[in-house]
Amino acid sequence: MKQDQYTAKISYPICKMEQLNMAAWSMEILCPEVAAKAQPGQFVNILPEGGFTLRRPISICEIDKQAGTLRIVFEVRGKGTAALAQLRAGDTVNMLAPLGHGFSLPDSSEHVILVGGGIGTPPMLPLAQYFGKNAVVISGFRNQNAAILQEDFKAAGAKTILCTDDGSAGQKGLVTVPLAEEIQAQKPALICACGPMPMLKATAALAMENGIPCQVSLEERMGCGIGACLVCACRTKDAEGAEQYQHVCKNGPVFNAEEVVW
Amino acid sequence: MADLSVNICGIPFKNPIIPASGVFGYGREYEQYYPLSRLGGIATKGTTGTKRTGNLAPRVAETTSGMLNSVGLQNPGIDAFIANELPHLMQCGTVILANIAGSTAEECAEVAAKLDQTDVHMIELNISCPNVKQGGAAFGTSCETAAAVTAAVRKATSKPLCVKLSPNVTSITDIAKAVEAEGADALSLINTLLGMRIDLRTRRPILHNNMGGFSGPAVFPVAVRMVWQVANAVNIPIIGMGGVASGEDAAELMMAGASAVQVGTALVQDPYAPLRIIDELNDWLDTNHVASASELTGSVRAW
Repeated sequence: MKQDQYTAKISYPICKMEQLNMAAWSMEILCPEVAAKAQPGQFVNILPEGGFTLRRPISICEIDKQAGTLRIVFEVRGKGTAALAQLRAGDTVNMLAPLGHGFSLPDSSEHVILVGGGIGTPPMLPLAQYFGKNAVVISGFRNQNAAILQEDFKAAGAKTILCTDDGSAGQKGLVTVPLAEEIQAQKPALICACGPMPMLKATAALAMENGIPCQVSLEERMGCGIGACLVCACRTKDAEGAEQYQHVCKNGPVFNAEEVVW
Repeated sequence: MADLSVNICGIPFKNPIIPASGVFGYGREYEQYYPLSRLGGIATKGTTGTKRTGNLAPRVAETTSGMLNSVGLQNPGIDAFIANELPHLMQCGTVILANIAGSTAEECAEVAAKLDQTDVHMIELNISCPNVKQGGAAFGTSCETAAAVTAAVRKATSKPLCVKLSPNVTSITDIAKAVEAEGADALSLINTLLGMRIDLRTRRPILHNNMGGFSGPAVFPVAVRMVWQVANAVNIPIIGMGGVASGEDAAELMMAGASAVQVGTALVQDPYAPLRIIDELNDWLDTNHVASASELTGSVRAW
């Protein structure tokens, strides 16, 4: 079908596609005006081809403003992401971006700890590239085969600590063990985290115990991605401590950990 | 260029394409994409007497050719709407249909009475939202309660009143006639169909509310059928909706009997959907040598 003028406005070419492991793919998209605006922690909302109703929100993994590209890393979870994994360089994606409220960052000379779990790890990369050697990246995966982006974090100059559930790579166990050790070794100015809710909750608890600001990137089933349809609700506390619903797509995906109702 | 303008209850619409209530918020999120003046109208997010926080997430699930939602009428309440949102909406250069809902007929009437004092063009009364346990569904599913809430709102306002019907009924024509008899000026249909999906792995319903409203292209034939049935049963105009995703869908729903068309799920997918549908409708009319969109309304040649 001939592409209409409106779809053309939000269609961007893929410039690189790479399979990282059995389930994870890396996609680079040429989108200069999007890359110019994009901030760490924001996301893109891509409509796969093939009769899908909803877009797939995917966090931004790298922002290259000079080259005008964004990189996303996603895991094949269902039919929609499987369709995205079929795309190759030269194909186009129908994408709304950049969306959402990203991380609020201190000066890059500050010491920070970045915590990623599974497919929550990719949004930590733009932060690692910003903080460089001042960042410690602690990432956790099911096993060695699932581990991604470790070389990218090292290339950014960050100290990396890898954890796996089964000990097949790095330390065996949860990310919170090295997190507690790193906090003791040098108290960071900020902890940023993205991953499964139990990991985020434990990370936020450790940050609070130690009086460290903590920002978490949340996930929820999403609709429009721009704050209108109100489906991606998450429970947060307002300034007076009263519970309210905010929306992951517009108020987040990054929230201050103390705002979140865990 | 065909004449896209339509007139409903004496209100001129520059074109018949209107974002449906619930997907468009109060319009602000979409202004970054295009001027709202290009739209035929805007049906605003359902607003109740007092603030509602809505349902726990997940509130959305994808389906084959559609989706389920269970937002639960999250809204800031009518006073906040009138103070913070309506002044801006009224400057957007398009027709504003204020969608309202309530747990009781009194609440609906109270909301309508407050809107009666504003410049809003039309009130769309939601008697059908299937998401709220003690809300809309109860009114829209029997002739008596649908008539009672319509009568209460009719007394509260002299604004054009459009009543939005639920498809989750045995006879939509009986409900439509009951609502018309109590003074509705127009009808809009269909609201979402009640649906459910289950995550096989967890054996949990995907929606935290268990059930939700089913919408999208999958429901379009149901919308065409119900609009056609209701158009044959009443003498007031109909705003049709339900899975409209293209200009051809809009033309089809108008042939079935709709004077204008609302777009919901297509907009969740693509912010530009209404503009694309307007262009496509215009192209279809030109290609088929139809001078005016309004000529389509009810023009189906039924067997």
